[in-house]
Amino acid sequence: MTTFSSGATLDSDEPGGPRPRLRITSEPVPTARRGPDPAVGRQVVFEARNVSVNYGEKRALDSINMQIYRNLATALIGPSGCGKSTFLRSLNRMNDSISGFKLGGQVLYHGHDLYDPRANRVEVRRRIGMVFQKPNPFPKSIYDNVAWAPRNLGMKDNMDDRVERALKSAALWDEVKNRLKSSALGLSGGQQQRLCIARAIAIEPDVVLLDEPASALDPIATASIEELIDDLKMRYTIVIVTHNMQQAARVADRTAFFSLGHDEVGTLIEYGETSRLFASPADPRTRAYVTGQFG
Amino acid sequence: MSVPDPSHALTPSGNLRRRMAVSNVMQGLATAAAVLAVAVLGILVAFVVVHGIGALSWGFLTGSLPPPTGDGSGIGPAILGTGEIVLFATLIAAPVGVLTALFLTEYAPPRIGSPIRLVIDVMAGVPTIVVGVFVYELLVIGVGSTGYAAAVALSIVMMPLITRAALESLNRVPGVLREAADALGVSRWRTILGVVLPSATRGIVTATILAAARAAGETAPLLIVDSVFGPNVQLNVAHGIPNIPLTIFSLAEYGTPIAKQQAWGAGFVLLFLILAANIGARTLVGRGQRRAFV
Repeated sequence: MTTFSSGATLDSDEPGGPRPRLRITSEPVPTARRGPDPAVGRQVVFEARNVSVNYGEKRALDSINMQIYRNLATALIGPSGCGKSTFLRSLNRMNDSISGFKLGGQVLYHGHDLYDPRANRVEVRRRIGMVFQKPNPFPKSIYDNVAWAPRNLGMKDNMDDRVERALKSAALWDEVKNRLKSSALGLSGGQQQRLCIARAIAIEPDVVLLDEPASALDPIATASIEELIDDLKMRYTIVIVTHNMQQAARVADRTAFFSLGHDEVGTLIEYGETSRLFASPADPRTRAYVTGQFG
Repeated sequence: MSVPDPSHALTPSGNLRRRMAVSNVMQGLATAAAVLAVAVLGILVAFVVVHGIGALSWGFLTGSLPPPTGDGSGIGPAILGTGEIVLFATLIAAPVGVLTALFLTEYAPPRIGSPIRLVIDVMAGVPTIVVGVFVYELLVIGVGSTGYAAAVALSIVMMPLITRAALESLNRVPGVLREAADALGVSRWRTILGVVLPSATRGIVTATILAAARAAGETAPLLIVDSVFGPNVQLNVAHGIPNIPLTIFSLAEYGTPIAKQQAWGAGFVLLFLILAANIGARTLVGRGQRRAFV
């Protein structure tokens, strides 16, 4: 499997897509979730510097400062309307097409400003993939769903292998290997969502953003997606928005709690190692949320 | 209003009788209007068939146009000519219409999109005789009747129809598919080719057929830009090209019994072609809709 994330789990045999310029501070190692802060010594993938977001006159997000680390799963949790999805979508510029969207501050990706006028939006998304809340497979065959983007990006060699690897990585291969040519719309919701994950990783991105990927799924499908996230972070940096605290606790190494601050504007309340954030939240608002007093 | 007595039999109480009467009258009026509309079309078609079918023969369908005495052979050159003019008009109007619709749904910010939409809507309502005068000024003065002027005029009639229908088809393509494609780092045009257009093709093809059918019967612009043509087959677009609507017009004007029957016959052929195109296009849509829900 070729990816451009580093790490011992990979056997790279062909050069992949564009590599981000690396500023490796240490070799990333797979983490146990309990123990020392998993962020220690890791490369910073995203750095939000005083980020604010406006939709027209309405401010949705204010003064976000946080760093997201390589090969970790980072969860964004918080009540509805707190701006966690807005922040996630700002990480690969999916908000650009929303009229009135305006971002203040800086979002750095491997040190490059994502919103620099020279930064190309298509290139940004080529490196930072996204899986959405509702499964949204293309009305094409299972095979073509996975192969479409690589084909358009010029990654045409060994397409069958690429499709197989992506489907295996998304833990879907065994279920679909005998019907690759049939329509993706015939899959169940959970299978469709795993297909969307396979589609996202088929182009070998650096980061996979997941926007409540299991909220439309039943508990069994949810469990398989969560298991998958655990595997995927070995190779990709994962940022996941979830409204489900248990899910954050299960899959994320680090968790950021967003909520409405003063003036009803979403902001980052607390961010840290997941076990610490849930066991001993520093902020009373975090404590109230994780103990189920609101949200 | 008084509360109904629960023990009362379930027959209408209070003013329900009156309310039901009003409701029934309105339902009756609506039904009658629908029956009338269908009946008018039915009678019209029956009339054309009854009068026109007698004129039909192989000679009529293939023979050259009758001379002004009205006792000629057929409308072959007009059928071919209308086919050619409409084909060229479609070749002009379909790309412009579809690309305009793509611009509006995929590229244009709302601030630019809404005025263009308005212009398209207004264009669809421009009287076709005005289109004829416009093309006459532009292409016919000093040159005379030409097939290409006719094609341009008809394409102006077709363009807003195709654009509006293509817009509808493109708007039905779920936004989440565009978002999914965007998130894969695929450029917008590739997304349009690979995801958006395949989902909308059927609707766009149908719209184009319907617009072509509409243009085939358009008479007013042709009266101005393509009314001078010879009796024989003419496929050179630099000359006046025979066409069915104006052939019907002239035959009806000759007034002789044979000419009148031939006018009905030509009307029958035109109506048949347009109905066939309509039914064909709608079957295409119907198939598409069924497939979409499988």
